Amino acid sequence: MLKTLRPALLLFAILSLLTGLAYPLLTTALAQALFPQQANGSLIEKDGRIIGSRLIGQNFSADKYFWGRPSATSPMAYNAGNSGGSNLGPTNKAQLDAVKANLDHLRQAHPTQTATVPVDLVTASASGLDPEISLAAAYYQLERVAHARGMPLARLHQLVDDHIIGETFGLLGEPRVNVLELNLALDAVK
Amino acid sequence: MSTPAILQLGLFLLVLLVLAWPLSSWITRIMQGENPGPLRLLAPLEKLLYRLAGIRQDEEMGWKSYAVSLLVFNLLGVLAVYGLQRLQGVLPFNPQAMAAVTPDSSFNTAISFVTNTNWQGYGGETTMSYLTQMLGLTVQNFLSAATGAAVVIALIRGFARHSSARIGNFWVDVTRFTAYILLPLSLVFALALTQQGVIQNLLPYQTAHTVEVTHFQQPKLDAKGNPVNGKDGKPVMLDSQTQQQTLPMGPVASQEAIKMLGTNGGGFFNANSAHPYENPTPLSNFLQDLAIFLIPAALCFVFGRMVGDRRQGWAILAAMLVMFATAVVVETSAEQAGVPQLSAMGVDQQASSLQAGGNMEGKESRFGIIDTALFTVITTSASCGAVTAMHDSLTPIGGLVPTFLMQLGEVVFGGVGSGLYGMLVFAILAVFIAGLMVGRTPEYLGKKIETYEMKMTAITILVTPILVLVLTAIAVSVDAGKAGIANPGAHGFSEILYAFTSAANNNGSAFAGLSANTPFYNIMTGIAMFFGRFLMIVPILAIAGSLSAKKRLAVNSGTLPTHGPLFVVLLIGTVLLVGALNYVPALALGPVVEQLQMVSGH
Repeated sequence: MLKTLRPALLLFAILSLLTGLAYPLLTTALAQALFPQQANGSLIEKDGRIIGSRLIGQNFSADKYFWGRPSATSPMAYNAGNSGGSNLGPTNKAQLDAVKANLDHLRQAHPTQTATVPVDLVTASASGLDPEISLAAAYYQLERVAHARGMPLARLHQLVDDHIIGETFGLLGEPRVNVLELNLALDAVK
Repeated sequence: MSTPAILQLGLFLLVLLVLAWPLSSWITRIMQGENPGPLRLLAPLEKLLYRLAGIRQDEEMGWKSYAVSLLVFNLLGVLAVYGLQRLQGVLPFNPQAMAAVTPDSSFNTAISFVTNTNWQGYGGETTMSYLTQMLGLTVQNFLSAATGAAVVIALIRGFARHSSARIGNFWVDVTRFTAYILLPLSLVFALALTQQGVIQNLLPYQTAHTVEVTHFQQPKLDAKGNPVNGKDGKPVMLDSQTQQQTLPMGPVASQEAIKMLGTNGGGFFNANSAHPYENPTPLSNFLQDLAIFLIPAALCFVFGRMVGDRRQGWAILAAMLVMFATAVVVETSAEQAGVPQLSAMGVDQQASSLQAGGNMEGKESRFGIIDTALFTVITTSASCGAVTAMHDSLTPIGGLVPTFLMQLGEVVFGGVGSGLYGMLVFAILAVFIAGLMVGRTPEYLGKKIETYEMKMTAITILVTPILVLVLTAIAVSVDAGKAGIANPGAHGFSEILYAFTSAANNNGSAFAGLSANTPFYNIMTGIAMFFGRFLMIVPILAIAGSLSAKKRLAVNSGTLPTHGPLFVVLLIGTVLLVGALNYVPALALGPVVEQLQMVSGH
């Protein structure tokens, strides 16, 4: 037993230092040197203070902004300090009620919209921090935002189209729009 | 299944095989003690390390010493991860001042990471200090994977050698697999992930001043921080607002890389690979897909190379590929079909050029249905357990596929080492069944399969179903078990069945609605993970020792060829039959009932 304990202890200690300190610290040094923007969270700054991250969604509810997906984080939506989804099953009444409430709210906010509601606008994302929405979800909101901003519909449509992120290599992922970046671009329109 | 889904699956398999083939050559040489190319420079360092630790590099072990060394080494890991969590409050690299983790959760997490399960009862960003994440969890991500690899290499030596009582040196196997295979792959992969947007720093959490004010409700707290209840017995809710968002930070990419390559699956954050800081783009997601399967696929080729007949490795891989591809088709179709109740309300779930459609609850926009379904099947075929979607919100059939893949014993690629050693045990069972049918003594790769091997095979194949079914039965019978259920009805049963299936088969993913961070579940899943891992490893090492000692028989006209399509079909049949016999009744009570309820509109 003692014959096993010495190699076990020493090897465990050395491999722990190698994989648990040397490796992550070396990775940090290289990442900070090569990709500092990404390594530090893809932060967006305005007037010298952080206003968000390109990768982390924010909660939007005003008519003049595009809205992101429902977020199930607690205690508030888009709480990046505590990520997670609703974990509601498809046949759970609570899930159907939640979808119904989201639907009613959307229909009320878009009285002139006749299209069916895109599914991503009424279902909570996995992380609760989804920074993006589908193109269908962005187009669904065009009229409301244009109306609230007094902006020509065609111009707003163009702005959304300028912000489309396509599939990678035409195959991986889904076409989508980053909600925070789109809204910041909207605010920047003179 | 749509055309883009088929194309993506094809691209994935193509890139996987192109990468796994050269890697298998590297692994074979490393594990046979060669020092190719640049490693010649490191050889003196390696020698020095062994001398310090009192290890004789060229002294091989019998299976019993190999098993004892492995168990002692892994128990040290449990103690270290437990200790780090309990003491993290007074240790460095803790900018968020995380307090000590509770004893039962620390126990559960320690076993979870040592057994390569990475079941997580806690949320990473609210629980663990950076030191615990690096020196506790990241270390075990490496060492548990290296342990699995060591066991499978020992088993392969058992087939490859003859008339020898030795199966290798555990210390040397673990060190070389960690330092020469896992570390370099992880470093490269971590930097690729950072380039895509995965964070890697030691900063305290950042505060963002958001564009809009967020209104929300939170419970009123008394002076001691406990919620105040109103007259109706419910907590009093206060209207609150904030214009700040806490952005979590940390050394994520380094952990993410080995989390995938080591088929561990434990997320830095609660949302795991659905979190944009862990998996920001479709490309990072595709790379994670590849990383999960890379070593398990390469090990099939290593098997072929080491036993001196590459066709043997291809046959095992072919059986895995057929089951995997079938599962992807079923999973993708189920999730693309969506939930009929939502369509009835006027929700558009139709896939088009403008949206992914389908069941988007618990999924991310950048991945949609296709990428998510592929990842879900990969992570549960392999015993990885990372998630890009909340599995609790999958459709009933979409949840059945990952559950059943785990129940097959994590042998469809499976974990690093553990997938292949599990599959080789099924191969032994398959030749045994074939031998019974034709009335000949079964043999595999020139080794006679006798009573001793079959006893050990029976133990390894039966240990996980017994753990899963007995512990599930206990949990649904006692209040402490039922208290954890989040979704009512058949789905609630599925949550518990999934939890023990995942724990005993060392996967680690969850139907996460289940409140599993309670003393009951922490202890029960801890038991499942520990015995699900080591009650397989020890009998498998015993098989390795026994096979190694046998003579090799010459191939003759009566030998069942184990490299052709006939054997592949026989192997698939054996795996599916054992899985179905064990689990169909349990599955009928959970996902099958729920599917019937969903399509009939109840």
